[in-house]
Amino acid sequence: MSNASSPTSAAGVDGGIDAGENAGVTRADICAVAIAEAFRGDGERLCNPIGNLPLIGGRLAAATFEHQLALTDGFYTLMDPQSPDLVPAIALPEAERVAQRTVAHWNPYREMFGLLWQGKRHVMMGATQIDQYGNQNIAAIGDWTKPRRQLLGFRGAPGNTINHTTSYWVPNHSPRVFVQAVDVVCGIGYDRAHALGPIASRFHEVRRVVSNLAVFDFEATDSNGVATMRLRSLHPGVTLEEVLEATACEVVVPKDLGVSRSPTEQELAQINRLDPRGLRLSEVPEP
Amino acid sequence: MPGPDKRCTEDEVVAELSSGMTIGIGGWGSRRKPMSLIRAILRSDLTDLTIVSYGGPDVGLLCRSGKVRKVVSGFVSLDSIPLEPHYQAARQTGSIEAAEWDEGMLLLGLQAAAWRVPFLPTRAGLGSDILKYMGDLRTVRSPYATEVKLGGNSGGESAGELVSEFEELLAVPALELDAALVHQNAADVSGNAVWLGEDPFMDDLFVRAAQRSFVSTERILPTTELAGLADISHLKISRMDVSGVIEAPHGAHFTECLPDYSRDEAFQKRYAATAKSDEAWDEFRAEFLEVDEAGYQAKVKELQ
Repeated sequence: MSNASSPTSAAGVDGGIDAGENAGVTRADICAVAIAEAFRGDGERLCNPIGNLPLIGGRLAAATFEHQLALTDGFYTLMDPQSPDLVPAIALPEAERVAQRTVAHWNPYREMFGLLWQGKRHVMMGATQIDQYGNQNIAAIGDWTKPRRQLLGFRGAPGNTINHTTSYWVPNHSPRVFVQAVDVVCGIGYDRAHALGPIASRFHEVRRVVSNLAVFDFEATDSNGVATMRLRSLHPGVTLEEVLEATACEVVVPKDLGVSRSPTEQELAQINRLDPRGLRLSEVPEP
Repeated sequence: MPGPDKRCTEDEVVAELSSGMTIGIGGWGSRRKPMSLIRAILRSDLTDLTIVSYGGPDVGLLCRSGKVRKVVSGFVSLDSIPLEPHYQAARQTGSIEAAEWDEGMLLLGLQAAAWRVPFLPTRAGLGSDILKYMGDLRTVRSPYATEVKLGGNSGGESAGELVSEFEELLAVPALELDAALVHQNAADVSGNAVWLGEDPFMDDLFVRAAQRSFVSTERILPTTELAGLADISHLKISRMDVSGVIEAPHGAHFTECLPDYSRDEAFQKRYAATAKSDEAWDEFRAEFLEVDEAGYQAKVKELQ
């Protein structure tokens, strides 16, 4: 990862709209941009966001500043839209989804495993729980052997995190999500990767955690030299106290903490085009 | 020469299965599941089964009906309803044993069985709690040295250093199946089968991983017509791997079977709601599961 991710560069200095003055920019739009930024620099690899806002953000990156990204149609193909305005909107009715995709590659599930084991993929998954090292739980709440609440299972999280770059999206930032220790480690964090050693963990990277309040990275280290969660920027209108109150795990707060940038006019137009029904607003309502 | 005629009914398939068997079920989530065969198992005395599946309502129905001892899965989901409610209940009450693997691990376990090797190695699962909770999983050390120039990603001071190691990998054990059940869009009488839609899922691996495999299908056609249905890469299952063929139009209902039909979302909602109470389940079972397949399909037709 480059050093272009110092806290100040995350601030709104790129000609973005000032969210405080522009009533047209919502918290959800800020989240979409922060998600898009997670894919910056990825170049020619599969951008694989899961969930509505991650999809908006990932496709926004492809339609604006990260044109080489490969995109998934959410099912069995990879698509190469031939211009930014042809990057398909999310949550289209099935017939439209099929009509609007420009199929570039057949990617049934077995091929997706092949692709991810090879490593040219950056996935953004959800997290029911996440800790300071980026360990993620989507499997179960409580003791896995007899869970209080059975969730999704491990799904692809173990294989994803040890094979390629992973980021997380948390629409409901709370101390129940950002926990001291997750109940079940599905996606592995930096402490687990460190314990495996440098060879076994050489493809591991948890890059970013984007929530409805703030953006986190892992560009700090704990006393053992293990990468640990760092607050990267606060979304406009969110205070540091608010984030810390909603976070039960350790998080490093840099001195020169930035503000998550707002979308440019062009980005805002793309966000509205990618999510015409405003699904992002039900996922992240205005505060 | 034409292959042998292996046509049979769902109930004839079930008669060849026995309690305690390990049974693999094709499809993915709530997509192209051999539901008419599952319904036949629900009507039977079979019990104590180990089910291997990219699970959907197949797993939920079998769990709710007390047929299952253990589920080995990459997930169990209804797709449009993310959590399979009956599997969730079975996990929370502890009525079944579970092995929840990484999705890719399941592919490797099936592939290992299909290739008759005891395991296949993978990085997937290392460092996660899969190894903590699935106590029968083992790792294996590579006999070949891996040499890596360390990047900047592992702490800083070691960047650029050349290191060498006999890598430890997860050894995914072969998922040897007593029987596999899959649903295909078309087949001939001897079991050459064709998937349509956009994903073969792992059906061809399931049939190769099993001692005996049974293919239910939307339609049985003369062999001469199979290659005309799609390009030849869709002729994925060979009769050599198939013991029985069941003609089951709409047999994957209520799961999706593209391009023949999409998922019956209204019916799936009705099914999912049966997890709310014993009364709701009993009512659903009486109406849809305690009838034969023709009766089921007639009931479903009435709902349209």
